[in-house]
Amino acid sequence: MHSEEVVYNGKIRLELKKNLIISLLVGVFIGGTIVLSGYAINGLKFPILSTLIFFPVIGAAFIAILPKEKEELIKFSALVISIFELILSLPLYLSFDKTTSQMQFREEYLWIPQWGIKYSLGVDGISVLFVLLSSLLTVLCVTVSWREIDKKIKEFYASILLTHTAMIGVFMSLDIFLFYIFWEAMLIPMYLIVGIWGGPRRIYSAIKFFIYTFVGSLFMLVGILVLFFYTGSSDILHLMRIHYPYKMQLWLFWAFFAAFAVKVPMWPLHTWLPDAHTEAPTAGSVILAGILIKMGAYGFLRFNLPMFPEATVNMKPFMMILSVIAIIYGALICLIQKDLKRLIAYSSVSHMGFVTLGIFALNQQGIQGGILQMLNHGVVTGALFLCVGMLYERAHTRLIAHYGGVATVMPAYSAFFMTFTLASLGLPGTNGFIGEFLILLGAFKAWKLMSVLAATALIIGAAYMLWLYQRVFFEKTNPEFLRHIHGYGDLNSREILTLLPLALAVVWIGFYPNALLGFMDVSVKELINHIVHIGAIR
Amino acid sequence: MEKFYGLILVFPLFGFLFNILVGRFIKHRWVSLVGTFSILASLILSLFAIAEVFSGKTIEYNIYIWIVSDDLKVSFGYLIDHLTAVMLFVVCFVGWLIHVYSVGYMYSDPGYARYFAYLNLFVFSMLMLVMSNNLLMLYFGWEAVGLCSYFLIGFWYQKKSASDAAKKAFIVNRIGDFGFALGIFLLFVNVYALNYTEIFQKIPELQGKTISILGLHVDLITTLALLLFCGAVGKSAQIPLYVWLPDAMEGPTPVSALIHAATMVTAGVFMVSRLNPLYNLSETALAVVATVGALTSFYAATIGSVQRDIKRIIAYSTISQIGYMFLGCGFAAYGAGVFHLYTHAFFKALLFLCAGSVMHAMAGELDIYKMGGLRKRMPITYITFFIAALTISGIPGLSGFFSKDEILWYAFASEKPYGKYLWFLGTLTATLTAFYTFRVLFLAFHGKFRGPEKIYTHIHESPPIMTIPLVVLALGSVVVGYFSVPHFLEPVVGEPVVSVPHEQERFVMLVSTIAAFAGVFIAWYMYILKPKVPEILASKFSGVYKVLWNKYYVDELYYWLFVKPTVWLADRFIERFTDIKIIEGIVNGVPNLIYRVGSWARNLQTGFLQQYAIFMIVGVIIFILLIVSL
Repeated sequence: MHSEEVVYNGKIRLELKKNLIISLLVGVFIGGTIVLSGYAINGLKFPILSTLIFFPVIGAAFIAILPKEKEELIKFSALVISIFELILSLPLYLSFDKTTSQMQFREEYLWIPQWGIKYSLGVDGISVLFVLLSSLLTVLCVTVSWREIDKKIKEFYASILLTHTAMIGVFMSLDIFLFYIFWEAMLIPMYLIVGIWGGPRRIYSAIKFFIYTFVGSLFMLVGILVLFFYTGSSDILHLMRIHYPYKMQLWLFWAFFAAFAVKVPMWPLHTWLPDAHTEAPTAGSVILAGILIKMGAYGFLRFNLPMFPEATVNMKPFMMILSVIAIIYGALICLIQKDLKRLIAYSSVSHMGFVTLGIFALNQQGIQGGILQMLNHGVVTGALFLCVGMLYERAHTRLIAHYGGVATVMPAYSAFFMTFTLASLGLPGTNGFIGEFLILLGAFKAWKLMSVLAATALIIGAAYMLWLYQRVFFEKTNPEFLRHIHGYGDLNSREILTLLPLALAVVWIGFYPNALLGFMDVSVKELINHIVHIGAIR
Repeated sequence: MEKFYGLILVFPLFGFLFNILVGRFIKHRWVSLVGTFSILASLILSLFAIAEVFSGKTIEYNIYIWIVSDDLKVSFGYLIDHLTAVMLFVVCFVGWLIHVYSVGYMYSDPGYARYFAYLNLFVFSMLMLVMSNNLLMLYFGWEAVGLCSYFLIGFWYQKKSASDAAKKAFIVNRIGDFGFALGIFLLFVNVYALNYTEIFQKIPELQGKTISILGLHVDLITTLALLLFCGAVGKSAQIPLYVWLPDAMEGPTPVSALIHAATMVTAGVFMVSRLNPLYNLSETALAVVATVGALTSFYAATIGSVQRDIKRIIAYSTISQIGYMFLGCGFAAYGAGVFHLYTHAFFKALLFLCAGSVMHAMAGELDIYKMGGLRKRMPITYITFFIAALTISGIPGLSGFFSKDEILWYAFASEKPYGKYLWFLGTLTATLTAFYTFRVLFLAFHGKFRGPEKIYTHIHESPPIMTIPLVVLALGSVVVGYFSVPHFLEPVVGEPVVSVPHEQERFVMLVSTIAAFAGVFIAWYMYILKPKVPEILASKFSGVYKVLWNKYYVDELYYWLFVKPTVWLADRFIERFTDIKIIEGIVNGVPNLIYRVGSWARNLQTGFLQQYAIFMIVGVIIFILLIVSL
């Protein structure tokens, strides 16, 4: 017992030192970044998007050549790389022009000249925030895995960085083939993260995740080929401006639907999600819930809505019904979950149902709410998975019944978890409220009954989250739990620094949502105009 | 000057942040200083605001724009008019006294800083609720006070009963808020505004419009008013959503006084009064408000008459008194409703704090049958409780009499056909009110001590930090009735229509006075003069007694009607049947099928890569041709 304590104290001292070095380096990086962002702002055509995409790849390669035994060095370099990536992405936030719906930070090079396929990148108000969110969550994924991952460390951090590259690539691509490549590329590191570092049923879950999404993407590939051969262009912006025959729109709508609905996931294609989330390591769950499943909803906004507007308008009732089923179904099933991670995973089904409900309400409030809710969900569910990971590290169990009275032992942790719980159940003052309110209002304008049904999730959501909180944090402290947390106490500084940015984001968006709504305002307006305009031609 | 009134909100928020972040690490003295002075600062500043309102001004100021999306534009702003002024006074003054009382009551609790943090957060939320100038911010405050209530009911979270009660309170309130939120949506899509001033301008245009609900055409304004009233039913604990309030007594007693008696639970009355231009346009909605109020008032009083837990009796009494307030609102006498809210805040907070003082002395004992004879040991608590009991019973000259009489008079004088019935029910309730309050008084403070001798010797009067607030509130209970709130509020809520001559007001007064004294007399007869009577009655009418003692079995009924079926649906139907059997069955079945087809098609697998590539290309081309040809 005594020696254990010594080791533990040593660890603390080591961590303190590390924190000092980190903060020093961060200071240096911020200085460098101000210079870099100065370049970007001054319009010197600094290729910021490509830098964001390739920097983690280089970082991953760097990590790969480090010697395996130097674990601290590997973790440390992963952290520095991800922090640098986050700082690099800040110019996107600072010098983004909110008054235009045009793509910004454009980069375009011919890639396969024979076919006119281009390496074309750009972000607009709909996609830019996801790049930022992804950069933020990647940093937190690195810090939360510090102790959790103890095998194949090198490969793990390289996978995390590569996943990040692929994900932001999806949000930035303006060429369908480039989009498809990033879309599929992301599967590989993600498959590895679940399959290698996951829980006991990791192989089953990883394969299920892979096959589900891969089958969905095949339909999209066919759709992409059809688009390409029909128009002879692979430029997304160009493809948006073309008016396709209605029947073709309908078929293509379903082809893309298959890929996106699996990713979101929409009911009834959701059953890969609880398994994958539950078995994935904490960082994997955070990436899955935080960014990966947003790509589906983003796909709807980038492809289905602008390219197939008539089909979208006609499919609106169907999509809204599916969304409402997901909302209620996901919420109800949460009531009886016995596994912490599985409960949060199913709550994702419910929350993503809100997102698609908002998007297919096809009005400003619905879509803005939908996008905001995606960001919120990334922040809140990401944070909840981080929290669960921290608890798992201490007690090595995910079963709710093994906990109880955690609030007495870990007050700071409980406060963080409460903040995210409240955001998850949509309490005013948190970001969850703004998203849900806008979505429900938009849906109410579009179809009252669906909005009313979806609003029942306000009640069920409160019931399952508060019940979860009660069983884990309140009442008498479970002796089983006390026995397990030897050596650990409340959150350490690394963990607090991991959760703090997300908690601040929850309150910041809750009180000042315009900071984010302003980004998407013009782009969403343009999107709706586009749908109405093309829809009217018919 | 008007922009400085935003500070009324800032002080308690600061108190919350300070105590939640650093309170754990500093001395109790600093915690209590910050906790109480933040409220005192708000109180002083709001007195300035009230003075401005008295001089005839209305203060409105937008701090910043909160949400903008398309036609929705909501600001964070406040409106201080006559109605808000009354609420500001109640929240800040009573709130401050209860903070002071808490310094003594909670001193030895390990969660002292957390307690003050939550209490400050509550005051912040409540002030936001009453000061908001738009419906969405009202909703913000509305849910935020619910959250604080959740935190404070579950303050002693190690107790299962406390954490259960907290959860129940939040969820039941959410059910009401569900209707409230829908009401906000429906209002917005019709008037495209959430600011009160704009709403009230546009509401008259909605008259005569209908809305189709499942094929039925219903009056739009009635639907709106009733949806919003759902929120009030939840928050103000009326039938059928009152079930959370008695359980909420698991929280510390000053919390029950502040949140579950004086302020939060009366938010529903405030909301209905605030939206009076809407309610005035719907006869049906007003009738529902009045009926729900009167029924709840009577119903809760019957339960309260047989309970033994001192705090629960007062809780049922709160439900019953809020019923009175809604009764007043339902006859468009919002002024009378708010008047009762205002007097009730004083005497009900006093009742709770006295109960707290008793518990403090008796190591947390709640059962009035284990008390008795406390008046000799705790004279200040006894006298103040006695004053509160007289006030709530409606003895002439005290504040409760004025406000209750005002409500009963408007019910009686109303031209509505149901007016007289509801007046009768209200008067009957007045008797019950006097009865159960004096039952507590006689059982707890008179007669002989019925608990163990050891405890009796320890019983002592509470320290001055607790008794001074009691005395101040007692004085308040006596005098606040002489300030005529209904008259003051006329510019905001108007005056109800009276259809009978004013001379009959004397008759109404006389009847309610008789009713009150009758209640006191029955309690005196049963618990002082003939202490055997209650037992005889209980055994004679054992059926009735059992139903009342078990609170009409409503908790059990709700459990079997709502909780059980939902869990069954989630477990059996959704998870085990749909998710595992059907969806997973198909998902896992398809690969099996493919495998079988695959073993049949194994002869196609030659191992030549070129052949696979040809198959793939042919397949994809066929698919593309198929789609392009459409």
